[in-house]
Amino acid sequence: MIARLIEGTSRRGLVLLALLLAFLILIPFFVNDYLITVLILIFYFAFVGQAWNIMMGFAGQLSLGHALYVGLGAYTSAALYVHFGVGPWIGMLAAIPVAGALGAVIGFLAFRFGVSGVYFAILTIAFCEFARVGFDHFRWVGGSAGFFLPVAQYSVNDLWNLRGKPSMFYYVILGFTVAAFIICHLLLRSRMGYFWQAIREDEPAARALGINAFRYKMIAVVISAGMTSLAGVFFAFFYNNLFPEQVFHISRSIEMILAPIIGGVGTLFGPILGAVILTGLSETMHEILHLLGVDVPGAKAVFYGICLLVVIVALPDGVWPWLSRRLGLSERK
Amino acid sequence: MTALLSVDAVSKRFRGLVAVDRVSFSIMPGEIYAVIGPNGAGKTTLFNVIAGVFQPDDGTIAFNGSRIDGETPDGVCRRGIGRTFQIVRPFPGLSVEDNVIVGALLHRPDVAAARRHAHEILSRLDLFPKRSHLASTLTLPDRKRLEVARALATDPKLLLLDEVMAGLRPSETDRIVAILTELNRETGLTILLIEHVMRAVMALASRVLVLHHGAKIAEGTPAQVVREPAVIESYLGAEVLE
Ligand SMILES: Nc1ncnc2c1ncn2[C@@H]1O[C@H](COP(=O)(O)OP(=O)(O)O)[C@@H](O)[C@H]1O
Ligand SMILES: [Mg+2]
Repeated sequence: MIARLIEGTSRRGLVLLALLLAFLILIPFFVNDYLITVLILIFYFAFVGQAWNIMMGFAGQLSLGHALYVGLGAYTSAALYVHFGVGPWIGMLAAIPVAGALGAVIGFLAFRFGVSGVYFAILTIAFCEFARVGFDHFRWVGGSAGFFLPVAQYSVNDLWNLRGKPSMFYYVILGFTVAAFIICHLLLRSRMGYFWQAIREDEPAARALGINAFRYKMIAVVISAGMTSLAGVFFAFFYNNLFPEQVFHISRSIEMILAPIIGGVGTLFGPILGAVILTGLSETMHEILHLLGVDVPGAKAVFYGICLLVVIVALPDGVWPWLSRRLGLSERK
Repeated sequence: MTALLSVDAVSKRFRGLVAVDRVSFSIMPGEIYAVIGPNGAGKTTLFNVIAGVFQPDDGTIAFNGSRIDGETPDGVCRRGIGRTFQIVRPFPGLSVEDNVIVGALLHRPDVAAARRHAHEILSRLDLFPKRSHLASTLTLPDRKRLEVARALATDPKLLLLDEVMAGLRPSETDRIVAILTELNRETGLTILLIEHVMRAVMALASRVLVLHHGAKIAEGTPAQVVREPAVIESYLGAEVLE
C-alpha cells in the first residue's frame, strides 16, 4: 500500500512532501490563534475542494450544489449531538450515508435520464435550493431561526466531542485533508480512477471500451457527497451555529469549487494549493485594507473575481500543473 | 461452422431517412470482412447499430450465439466487440499508454497487469516509443493507430474498424494492412472494416459487402464485387476510370 502510494512520485517530490507535512504539524506552536483560524479555513477549503474534485476533476461531472452535502453533514451531526448527545465522530458515520444517499438520488435522476453538463449542474443547484427552503421550515433543527450547539470556554481539548481550542480543530482538519489526499491519490490510480478519467475525457468512447458509465458516475457522486459531508460535521462543531440561509446558499457551493479551479481541476495538489492561494491572499488583502483604513464592502469578492480571472486567462489548467513543471515535479494526471 | 456475427434484415431510420435498409450478412470466426459504399451509404450507422449506439428499428443482430440488438454500447463491448470511431476520439488529456490501459482494464483487475498488456499492444502498433505522449499531441495516423490499440486492449473477438486508413499515406496504409493481417493470422481475430481505400480492401478482405442508399447492392469476394456493374456505377466508377 505504501509502495503504491509513492509509486511514480519523484524522490524530490517525496522529500518536499515530508518537509511540508512536518512544517504543517509544527506550525501551531509558532503562530497565534488568528493565524491558526486562517489555516483552518485553508484546509477546510482544501478538503471540500478535494472531495468536489472527485466528481468534477476525476469523473467530469460538474456539481454546483455541493453546499448541500456540507449542510446535510452539518445538520445530521448537530442534530444527533443536540438532541441525543451523540458525538461528532459517530455523527460522521450517520452523515456519510445521509449525504451519500441524496447524492445517489441526484445521480440516479441525472444519469439515468441522460442529464449532463450544464443541465446536471443546474440540477445540483436545484437540489441545494430545495434543501435550503426545506431546512428553513424544519423546526426540529431550528428552521430559519438557526440551530445552535452549546458553546462554552474550553480550557481543555475534548477531541471526542470536538470541543476545544483552534489548534485542535486545526489538527483535525489537517488530518482530514491528508487522509483525503491519500484516498484521492489511491482512487486516481485505481482501475476505477482510470474509468472515471475515461468518462471525463469522452463518455461515448469510454462506453465503447465496455465501461458502465452510469455505475462509475454514481460511485463518484456517492464518494464525493460522503466525503463532503465530513466537512459539514467539522463546520457544525467549529462554528456552532447553522442557518439554512447561509449553509445551503449557492455562494457556499461556488466558494468551495474555487480552490480546485485555481489550483488545477483533476490534480491532487490543485485543491490544496488553490485554497492556500485564495484564502491566504484574501486574508492578506483583508489585513492590508484594514491597515489602510479602507472599509469597502465587497472588496473580497472583487479580489476573488480578479484572482479567478487572472488564473483562468494565464493558466487555464490551474496553478499546480504549471508550478509542478517549474519545480521539476511531475504529477501524472 | 456457425457465424460469429449475424446481421439479419436490420433497418435504421432517422426521421424520414432510411439510413440502413434491411441489411443482412454474417461473418465467420477469423474472417476479415469489409463494408464499402459511397459517403452517406449508411456504413457508420450500420456499425453504430451493431455496437449498440442505436437500436435497430427492424431486424436482429446475433453475436457468438446470442442476441445483442438492444444491448448498451458498453454491454456490446463486454461481450467481445471492440470498435473505433470514424472521427477518432482518443482520450485527449491522457497519455498514449493510459488510453490503452483503460481498454486493458476491462478484463484485468489491476493496473499493473493492464499496463503490461497495454505495452504489448502498443509495441504491436508501433506506438510504444510514444507511450508517454499526451494523446492530443499525436498526428492523425498515430491517433488512428491509438484507437485501434485501445479497442484491441479490450480483448475483442470481433473488431469493428471505421475507415482507419482514410487520410493516410500509402506507406502508412500498407503498414496498417500488415499489422491487421498479422493480428488476424496470429490471434484469429475477426475483423469487420469499413474502408474507402480499395487497395486495403483488396489486400485484407475475404468478402466485401457493398452498401448504397442504406441497402446491400452486392456481396462477394473483392474480385467479384469490383466487376459488378451496379457497384462500378454507384461507387467505383470514378476510381475505375482513373
Ligand atoms: N445521428 C444521425 N441522425 C440523423 N441522421 C443521421 C445520423 N447519423 C447518420 N445520419 C444520416 O444517415 C445517412 C448515413 O450516414 P452514415 O452511416 O454516416 O454513412 P457512411 O458512413 O456510409 O458515410 C446519412 O444520410 C447521414 O446524414
Ligand atoms: Mg462513415
